[in-house]
Amino acid sequence: MTAKGKAEQKPRRLYDLLRGLTGHFTLRNLVLSLSLLFFLFFTLLPVGWMVLTSFRSDQAIDMHPFEIHLQDLSLDQYVKLLTDPYFPFPKWMLNSIIVSLTSSLISIAIGGIAAYSLGRLRYRGGSAIGLSIFSTYLLPPVLLFIPLRVLAARLGLPSNSVWTLTLTYLTFQVPFIAWTLSSYFQGIPTELVDAARIDGASRLKAMFLIDVPLVLPGIISVFFFAFTLSWGEYMYALTFMSQKSAYTVPLGMVNEAQIGDIYFWGKLMAGAVLGSVPVVIVYSFLMDYYLAGMIAGAVKG
Amino acid sequence: MSFAQKTTASQQPNAWLRFKRWCGCRFEDETLFGYVLLVPTILVVLGLIGYPFLTSVYYSFTDKTIGMDASQIKFIGFDNFASLVNDRIYRKALVNTFNFTVTAVIAKILLGLMMALTLNEVKRFRRLFRATFLLPWVIPTSLSVLGWLWMFDPQFSVITHLLRILGLASETTSIPWKADPQLAMASVQVVNIWRGTPFFGMMILASLMTVPQELYEAATVDGANWLQRFWYITFPCIRPVLIVAMLFSFVRTMGDFQIVWILTNGGPFDSTQLIATRAYQVAIQGAKETGLGAAIAVSLFPFLLPVILLYLRYARRED
Repeated sequence: MTAKGKAEQKPRRLYDLLRGLTGHFTLRNLVLSLSLLFFLFFTLLPVGWMVLTSFRSDQAIDMHPFEIHLQDLSLDQYVKLLTDPYFPFPKWMLNSIIVSLTSSLISIAIGGIAAYSLGRLRYRGGSAIGLSIFSTYLLPPVLLFIPLRVLAARLGLPSNSVWTLTLTYLTFQVPFIAWTLSSYFQGIPTELVDAARIDGASRLKAMFLIDVPLVLPGIISVFFFAFTLSWGEYMYALTFMSQKSAYTVPLGMVNEAQIGDIYFWGKLMAGAVLGSVPVVIVYSFLMDYYLAGMIAGAVKG
Repeated sequence: MSFAQKTTASQQPNAWLRFKRWCGCRFEDETLFGYVLLVPTILVVLGLIGYPFLTSVYYSFTDKTIGMDASQIKFIGFDNFASLVNDRIYRKALVNTFNFTVTAVIAKILLGLMMALTLNEVKRFRRLFRATFLLPWVIPTSLSVLGWLWMFDPQFSVITHLLRILGLASETTSIPWKADPQLAMASVQVVNIWRGTPFFGMMILASLMTVPQELYEAATVDGANWLQRFWYITFPCIRPVLIVAMLFSFVRTMGDFQIVWILTNGGPFDSTQLIATRAYQVAIQGAKETGLGAAIAVSLFPFLLPVILLYLRYARRED
């Protein structure tokens, strides 16, 4: 098919597509289609422009920023990003992975058993304690970054260390996980545990061998959500990391974005894409888990 | 009971096993076991959140700067707060924070509602649309803000280019997205709205899907139009979730830091300065006045507290 033929067919195809999406043609469906198009555009313009720029050469971006030629597209910016010794992107990636993984894992262990206690066991003051734990999750980092920095210095924790940063990430991970997972624990049936307990299983055994496997989907979604929270964290990283080699991806990309007055947009966008890719890939496989974690985190389900 | 007896009856075990058994017996008590499991979390909450927060409140009444010994810190009462009342930048930051928060939250509610209602009606590719619309929330904010930084570039702004194509801007004008005080505020708000709308959209969509369809059928039979069905059926059903999402977003937006920090750094002329960015500038940069910075940060708390309490009330009612 020639390019011209394609262009002529386009409006009809678009119309068919929209009609297919929303059903028969009525005023209601027209409004729906327009709304869909608006949100697609609003959502994808920044993402699309970022991805597109990351594949273009500096020259092309400078000379004709809005004309996209196919022959300009290449992986050069990514190669530059990964090989530039003054721009240790792989090291930042490693730092991000270490901080996000360890803080999420530690928080799952700490917050998970608390969630079990809050969701599964009955004792005086349980719901009040749960609520006060969650209220601390709502405190924004703005209220904590100054004293945490002083505290870390007084405890002699090394600055520019991923472990110090990991510790600060517990401040938002643990309360979030304790609160969110507790509603998962609340929702599972009790018959299995009752049977095991009658057969003589200890509470610890019943917890780890019966209840924990049952809420595994919940644990996965909360873990993934907690991971993304850490992965994108910026304020604590900015407060605690001042050496180039200690940066996480978000901090490094922002801090080293410009040299003097010049921004290297291609390289910058390549970094932003590479930094988002791990999260987006996992997200595309676990969307339902992610949504469940997000909703459970805001509204106790 | 037989379980416990069996374990104590066996012969001298090593210390670890003895400890394990001792725990096992004690843990049979539901209350004790419950509290023991809470201990690590409570340690984190008290040690890493409660204690730092209280020290922050204490610092806000002192003249502490970074590097000062505990013995050098002087208690100066309300001096920090008194100087803030007359501080032009602080007052601007406070007004900006409210402007930023209220405008952005209202816009996110309206757009989120629109997104949810749209997605709820879509028949095909619903999952694909949902996944796409959620992207701004999934992509790490600091990285997507870099994309916006590029889109707001004074010379090569793609938004300006699109406006030119639509004939809304002349070929020669360049729009100062970050340099004009009013436009800069609008720009950071747009980014916050872009990032936060999917949150409202997905929350509302989840509650839309729980509205019983019979209600709509009955209303249609009774001759209710689209607006009446929305107002008398949909809205009451989603209102609890709407309130919770709104309060949650309010707290989050009020403490927002990175969008402004990366895009405008509070400028131009403090027109996008927020409490969060100002606190960082004062406490970490420049003269590193921990006390004054803490006072700025803590001054946000009286505004956050009622919202947090309301949120906890509504979130619990959801149960």
